[in-house]
Amino acid sequence: MKPQDSGFMHLVTRLEESRSATIGATIILLICLSAVFAPQLSPNSPTKACLADRLISPFTEQKYPLGTDHLGRCILSRLLYGARISLAIGIVVVGISATVGIVLGVVAGYRGGLIDTTIMRFVDATLSFPSIFLAVVIAGLLGRGLASVAIALIAIEWTSYARVARGSVLSLKEQGFVESARSLGARDSYIMTRHILPNIVAPVIVMATLGMAYVILSAAALSFLGFGSQPPTAEWGAMLNAGRVYIRTEPHLTILPGLAIMIAVLAFNLLGDGLRDILDPRQIDQNGNSA
Amino acid sequence: MIDYILKRILQLIPVLLLVSVVSFSIIYFAPGDPAETLCTGPDGNVNPDSVEKFRDKMGLDKPLHIQYLIWLNNLLHGDLGYSYRSQKPVFNHIKTAFRATFKLSVVSLFLSLAIAIPLGIISAIKQNSPLDVTCMVGASLGVSMPNFWLGLLLMLLFGIYLDLLPVAGYGDGGDLEHIILPAITLGTGSAAVTARLIRSSMLEALGQDYIQTARAKGVSERVVIGKHALKNALIPVVTIVGLNFGYLLNGSVVVETIFGWPGLGRLIIDSINIRDYMMIQGCMVFVTLLFVLVNLIVDISYRYIDPRIRYETAG
Repeated sequence: MKPQDSGFMHLVTRLEESRSATIGATIILLICLSAVFAPQLSPNSPTKACLADRLISPFTEQKYPLGTDHLGRCILSRLLYGARISLAIGIVVVGISATVGIVLGVVAGYRGGLIDTTIMRFVDATLSFPSIFLAVVIAGLLGRGLASVAIALIAIEWTSYARVARGSVLSLKEQGFVESARSLGARDSYIMTRHILPNIVAPVIVMATLGMAYVILSAAALSFLGFGSQPPTAEWGAMLNAGRVYIRTEPHLTILPGLAIMIAVLAFNLLGDGLRDILDPRQIDQNGNSA
Repeated sequence: MIDYILKRILQLIPVLLLVSVVSFSIIYFAPGDPAETLCTGPDGNVNPDSVEKFRDKMGLDKPLHIQYLIWLNNLLHGDLGYSYRSQKPVFNHIKTAFRATFKLSVVSLFLSLAIAIPLGIISAIKQNSPLDVTCMVGASLGVSMPNFWLGLLLMLLFGIYLDLLPVAGYGDGGDLEHIILPAITLGTGSAAVTARLIRSSMLEALGQDYIQTARAKGVSERVVIGKHALKNALIPVVTIVGLNFGYLLNGSVVVETIFGWPGLGRLIIDSINIRDYMMIQGCMVFVTLLFVLVNLIVDISYRYIDPRIRYETAG
């Protein structure tokens, strides 16, 4: 059993097996492109207010294809720039949580004993809090801003990676190739990085993809509640919160940012579900796609 | 069984202690001094005398670990302290808010199960049919839809365009008219998750040997599905109800804020905004205890209901 078998490239080549994964990956690519090329794609500045042009409805003026908000800022430009914030916060939170979680989980599972007990008690305690309650308290008390939101979400997210990493290590530890490596005199650090880590790449990719969806959604919710990004930053959740005051007269201020959040979250969920189906042979059996 | 319950409760003790330390200490990360914040007059001036008096009264001048022990001791006696703002016991506020949250959660839970169970079962029986595909696409959308957005869309449609239901508020103690929109908002997300779980659990049950045996015996399809598959597929519903509870509790933070529903979610947001530390700590402890207890009950009842798990551990 070669570790690369469940590795990254293997997943990419099998992506086309799942329709939902393909659709999800395509939408994510489009979102990434609009985030990267936001300055080129945006017809206007995302933050420059122009009170003379305030509250224009979408599809009425060529200068503002999707209309303007209460300060006369271009909605399309703000949505494009908003993709940057959502993707950035997703990548930062998922990246740090996965790294911290995997390191702690692997160490806990491999070493066992007191280190294991201590780390896992912290995981249990964190999971005992209803996650959004913990997130709003941390984000709210650290002070408003995207950094607080990121810290709050990392504080919650790392636990799931730690659990999965620890679980995989416990089952891998007893397998032949780890034992042979150990009997050949390999150091613990070598076994952990060369034999254990490659084998948990696949489940972690699935978790990280679904985690992106969760983090984008939660960060938008925290911004919507007023704890995240602060004006004039173009962030989808904050745009929705500012727009809902005008829900009676200008519903597009509520509808459009919400649609953007949903498409982004949906794309990552589709990709994550698709990847899980590819990786979990049992589920494929059930769907009758593969023997 | 009793051994198992005792073991689970004993395991909870260190976790709950850690939870209490976190709940207590979390507020000390925060910038800003509650005494100064609350003693700031309408003109923006702080009166140093009243700040001192406030600190003294609330025990904020003692060292941290002493404050924690006093707080924990009071907590164990059911005393969550007094709200800085209203000066009334935190527990009274939480009790009132919990009633509202509970009402909303129960209605949402019924709503979500009423949607999810039939759809999940039909999707599994008619696997890969257009109906199944529609249901699962709907479930994907439901999982990915931000609940604050759904809430506002429902408000727009039913409250403003159709003018059928009140846009927000608690009405006369949370009457039917006022509960419908927040309950749909909360229930949709959990219905989507639940429908998927029921579908896969039903598919798993349908793939078992005893189903094939029943079919081979010539048992009618209705009986195979209704009696053999469904009974086994619905076992995880207990877990699902527990999972839903966490989902609803988390969702209440946003939904209650949008609809002005005076529950625990809104209470904690309001308390954070005015830095009412005692109230934040009280809410955290209460909500977490609730969450832990529900999970414990779910675990225990799951073992009780499913004989396979019970016998595995007994034998």
